[in-house]
Amino acid sequence: MANPSAVCNGHLHHHHQKQNNLLKSGIYKKNGITKGMKKNGISNGTLYKKTFIEHFEQAPMYVAVLTFLGFGVGTVFGYLRDFMRAWGLEKRNVATEREQQKDFVPLYQDFENFYTRNLYMRIRDNWNRPICSVPGPQFDLMERVTDDYNWTFRFTGRTIKNVINMGSYNYLGFAETDVNALKTVTIELQKYGTGICSTRQEMGTLDKHVELEQLVAKFLGVEDAMVFGMGFATNSMNIPALVGKGCLILSDELNHTSLVLGARLSGATIRIFKHNNMQSLEKLLREAIIYGQPRSRRAWRKIIILVEGIYSMEGSIVRLPEIVSLKRKYKAYLYLDEAHSIGAVGATGRGVVEYFGMSPDDVDVLMGTFTKSFGAAGGYIAGKKDLVDFLRTHSHSAVYATSMCPPVAEQIIRAMKCLMGLDGTTQGLQRVRQLGKNTRYFRRRLHEMGFIIYGNDDSPVVPLLLYMPGKIGAFARRMLEKNIGVVVVGFPATPITESRARFCVSAAHTREMLDTVLNALDELGDFLHLKYSRYSKSSHPELYEETRLELED
Amino acid sequence: MDFKGMKNYLYWLYCQFELITCSYLMEPWEKLLFYTFNITMLVTILYTAYIFIPAHISMAFQFFWHFFGNQHENTVSVVK
Repeated sequence: MANPSAVCNGHLHHHHQKQNNLLKSGIYKKNGITKGMKKNGISNGTLYKKTFIEHFEQAPMYVAVLTFLGFGVGTVFGYLRDFMRAWGLEKRNVATEREQQKDFVPLYQDFENFYTRNLYMRIRDNWNRPICSVPGPQFDLMERVTDDYNWTFRFTGRTIKNVINMGSYNYLGFAETDVNALKTVTIELQKYGTGICSTRQEMGTLDKHVELEQLVAKFLGVEDAMVFGMGFATNSMNIPALVGKGCLILSDELNHTSLVLGARLSGATIRIFKHNNMQSLEKLLREAIIYGQPRSRRAWRKIIILVEGIYSMEGSIVRLPEIVSLKRKYKAYLYLDEAHSIGAVGATGRGVVEYFGMSPDDVDVLMGTFTKSFGAAGGYIAGKKDLVDFLRTHSHSAVYATSMCPPVAEQIIRAMKCLMGLDGTTQGLQRVRQLGKNTRYFRRRLHEMGFIIYGNDDSPVVPLLLYMPGKIGAFARRMLEKNIGVVVVGFPATPITESRARFCVSAAHTREMLDTVLNALDELGDFLHLKYSRYSKSSHPELYEETRLELED
Repeated sequence: MDFKGMKNYLYWLYCQFELITCSYLMEPWEKLLFYTFNITMLVTILYTAYIFIPAHISMAFQFFWHFFGNQHENTVSVVK
C-alpha cells in the first residue's frame, strides 16, 4: 500500500520518518510505539492513530528547465503578437482602452492580462465546457468548435454522450436522477415550490431549515449548526462576523479564495504559514503571543487558525492532531473548512475529525459545504450553541442573503439520512466504503504507472502533475477524444511551473470506468511522456491486487 | 530495418518537441516563423562548426604535440 521510498512533504517530521521505517517492517496500525518522542508529556505516537503518508515528489531537473523553455517561447510569441496588435497588423479581439484613455495609467499591461491574452487564450477550449446532463459518473457534453483560435466558439448542435466524468465533485455519487432516490425531493418541491423570497432573519426560515440544521448537528456530533445558501458565501460572510480589528488570523498558504476573502473583509491582521507545516505555525503563534499587536504591543484579542480539511489543489489532508495540540497550548481558536472532506473521508463519512479519531469538540468552528458530497448547494457552520446563536444574529449571510431553497434542503436531508443509515439501508456506508476503495485503487495504479501524484493516500482529490504549458492543452483535448472529461489547472490557480490535471474520484465510478480511465492515462502518459516519477513500483501490478490487507474497513 | 517503428519514433520525438516548445499551441504562421528561425540557427551553428572545428582541432593537436614534439624533432635530427 505505502511506497516506503516515497518522498514526504519537504519539511520532514521526525515521527513520519519513524512511521516510514516501521512500514518497511510491515506494521500498519500504530499506537504509542515511538520511544523518546515526548512532547508536552504526550507521546508523539498517539497523535496519529493511522499512517499519514503524503507525496510531494519533485520532478527531475530537466523538467523544470524545459517548462521554463516552453514559457519562454510562449512569452516571446506573446510579445510578438502584442506588438502586431498594437501596430494594427492584426485584428484586435482583446479588451483595450479607448483612444481618449491612452495617456492614462495602462489597464491591461500587467502580467496576468498578458498571460490571459497570449497563453490562456490558446488553450481556452479546455475550460468552461457546457454540459447538458446531470454531472454523475458519466455526462453529456455539448460539442463546441472554434474558427478563430478560441476567441469565439460556436455550438455544432451535437452532444458528446457518456463522457466519463473525472472532474465533478461528486464524491459520494449523490448527483443522480433516479426517480426513487429523489422521491422526497419531488414531494417537497410540490409542497414548497422553489423560491424563498426572503432572508433568514425576515421570513426565510422554514421548518425544513430547522430540520436540516438539527440533522447536521446530529451528523457531526455538535450542539448546533446553521446552514447558508451558498458555500463560498458561508466562508466570506461569516469570518468577518467572528473576527475583526485587533484579532490575528493565521491562515494556511494554500487556503481557498473564500477563506482569503473572508479574512481580508474582516479587517483582522493576517499572517500566513507554510502549507501544512506545523513548525511554521508554531513559530507564528509564539511570535504573536510574545510580541502582541504590531505597534501597541497589546495582546491580540483573538487568534484564529484557518485551515481546510482537504486542500483541493494538492490533495493533502490537514494535520489536525498537531494543530489541535498547538491550539490548546497557545490558546487559539480553530476554524476548519471541510468543503472537500465532509462525506469523503472518515470511516462513516464524517470528515477529517473522524478520520483522525478526534472529537468534534476539539475544533471551535466546523464549516463545510453541501456542494461536494451531498449533490446539493450551500454551506453550514457548526459548533457550540453559543457560537451558532451568535452567527444567527450577526452573520451577513443571515441578514442579507436568501436562504437555501426547500428542494435543495430536502436533497441534503435525504443524503445525510442515507449516510447516517436513518433510512433503514446501509447504502450510505456502502458509498463511503466504495469511495475509499476507488480512491486507494486509483492512486495506487497511478503511482505504479509512474506519474507524479500529489497528496495524501486517502484523499479522493488526485492531482497529476503535467508541468509544461504545451501539455496542458494536449492532455485535456486527447482525453476528451477518448471520451473522458478531465479538469486541467494552470497558472494562476497553481504555481506557474506546476500545472496539473485534477481527478475527483467518485463512489459512483465502477471499476470498469476507472480501468478505462487508467488505460487511457497509461497510453497518454507514454505518448506525452508524463511519467516523471522516480519511485514507480514494480512492473507486475497484478500481484498487488488482492493480497493487500484492508485494515481500515 | 524497422522503418515503421523508426518513423513512429521520429514522429513521437517531433511531438515531444512541439509540446515542450509550445509550438503545439501556435497558429500555422507562428509555427512557420518559429521553425524557420530554429532551422536557420541550427544550420548556422552546423556550418560554423563545419568550418571552424577542424581548424581548431588541428591547432589544438599542434599545441599538444609541442610538449612531446620537441623531443621528436630532436630524435629525428640525431638519427640524421
